Amino acid sequence: MDLLQARRDTRIFYLLVGLGALVVAAGLVAAHYMEEYGHIVTGMNNQIVWGMPHVFAIFMIVAASGVLNVASIGSVFGKPPYKTRAPLSGLLSIALLAGGLSVLMLDLGRPERIIVAATHFNPTSVFAWNVFLYSGLFAFVGIYLWTMMEKRMNPWSRPAGLLVFVWRIILTTGTGMIFALLVARQAYGTAILPPMFIVMSFAWGLAVFYIVQAAMYGWNEMELNPAILKRLKNLLGLFILSVIYLVAVYHVTNFARHAAFERFILAEGGIYPMLFWGGYVFLGSVLPLFLIYFPRLGGKHHVLVASMLVISGSFCLLYVLIIGGQAFPLSIFPGYEARSSFGDGQIGSYAPSLPEILLGCGGLGVSFLITTIGVRALNFMPRDENTQAGD
Amino acid sequence: MNSGRRQFIGRGGAMLAGLAIAPGMLLYDLAHGRPASGAVRWGMLIDTSRCESGCDDCVKACNKENGLSGGTGPADVQWIRKLELKDSRTGRGVSLPMMCQHCEEPPCVDVCPTAASFKRADGIVLVDRHLCIGCRYCMMACPYKARSFVHEPVHDQKPDVPRGKGTVESCTLCVQRVDRGETTACAEACAKAGHKAILFGNLNDPGSEISRRIKAVASTQIRADLGLNPGLHYEGL
Repeated sequence: MDLLQARRDTRIFYLLVGLGALVVAAGLVAAHYMEEYGHIVTGMNNQIVWGMPHVFAIFMIVAASGVLNVASIGSVFGKPPYKTRAPLSGLLSIALLAGGLSVLMLDLGRPERIIVAATHFNPTSVFAWNVFLYSGLFAFVGIYLWTMMEKRMNPWSRPAGLLVFVWRIILTTGTGMIFALLVARQAYGTAILPPMFIVMSFAWGLAVFYIVQAAMYGWNEMELNPAILKRLKNLLGLFILSVIYLVAVYHVTNFARHAAFERFILAEGGIYPMLFWGGYVFLGSVLPLFLIYFPRLGGKHHVLVASMLVISGSFCLLYVLIIGGQAFPLSIFPGYEARSSFGDGQIGSYAPSLPEILLGCGGLGVSFLITTIGVRALNFMPRDENTQAGD
Repeated sequence: MNSGRRQFIGRGGAMLAGLAIAPGMLLYDLAHGRPASGAVRWGMLIDTSRCESGCDDCVKACNKENGLSGGTGPADVQWIRKLELKDSRTGRGVSLPMMCQHCEEPPCVDVCPTAASFKRADGIVLVDRHLCIGCRYCMMACPYKARSFVHEPVHDQKPDVPRGKGTVESCTLCVQRVDRGETTACAEACAKAGHKAILFGNLNDPGSEISRRIKAVASTQIRADLGLNPGLHYEGL
């Protein structure tokens, strides 16, 4: 690389870091504003208690686990094309988890009391288990990266990879359980949610991975080995189909228990059916599948667009699940029509506010910054010179 | 130093120490009072046939007792609300007050990551104002929509009802009154209005009026299917 090129790269790097820092700063200002004035400045209220920040945070936390797929296939199942991508997959996991947790933490009513979550631990709370699972993932992925990047530690990378694999499956189960244990709510309280979250993590994580890898290859003017592109896109297609399958099973079985809720979320609920069918099903699933599998499509640009669509679809799906799930009134008195000053029997209204969205974007900014600085400072570039795509 | 002086200094010192410590001990006693007893289970029996549609004296009394604004916007705090129900099949109307049901197995306590939500030995479910981090998971878990998040700074707080922006709160069963041996503000207001729809008492005492009534008349717990054994019972549903 000549000197001019190196200088240009450095300039672009600082530009990207500056951009990321700006987004993070906007998120911090939004969080400060919310803390100063209270959550009254957000769209959240006593019916929709979790809003846009949770959509962003849960996306990042779920994707943080899913992005480790690539590492798991490499280390646990011993596939060389994935092995070379394992370090990048570990870095992205840490970056996404840090971003997601930042959002979750800064959305708390009392973020300055976060230390209480460490000093007072309620063993029956799945939230408390998650505090433990999240910090564990940071530590174990850190160790895993060390075993991969430090030659002396290489023999340990397989057991470390196995530990990370098991841990992240438990972690995403824990994330799904946050909702699965809410037995009183029509949208949640079902055992299918944890496996659904795990499969969602596979698709979303791989989509994030593909986009970051494409950006890195683009920057370095490198071409992705077509055989590896084919493997990755087929895997993404399979994951998209698996998510559709589980989401379909979830809605069909839930229809048998809570028909009124399902009619609301899938047909009559205005924004929610629109986001579900238009956003998740069409844009986030059907269109990416078309881009991946249609003859003469499936090139690197098509897969890149497909990955971006999968991520957009995931936000729609989470919005419907989290916010739509709360908007429908709780069934406190089955068989009765209810009316009160507290929104009983009524569809809850929610309009995402700017501070909430900025806070969520700030979390994405944190992930972006960690990734950008990480790939610049250390060698995370996937190299396929010594591997056979057919392995 | 002669012995008189020595004695004076010794006694004086002891008196000073007593003066310094005693008020603290008194305050400590005041602050802690009697510990809640597990022999007691506070509860309510609400007779919906006596609850008048349109009357919200219980709500007003609660707001006054606990220093709540009384606002009814979606982000306003409401510890107790009046529900107007209509049987979908028969069209029969029912009016009743709804608040924290003070469950024996409270889901809010199970899910709270910091154990800020807790149940006293006498069955009253409360939020420790110092431990709540404002995650709102308890609100997601409560089957009765009984909890409110404080969305704005609070002013004019009552000295014995501490509240705070960014934390979750709900009906405390007027714990400050109960600990003084009084009844709850809502029950008192309902009786004052002549309805006497809310009966407050000790469910564990077989001789108490509430226990005798629950034994004699048909009552139900809301969402009994969830197996939470709420301390609030409803008649006429």
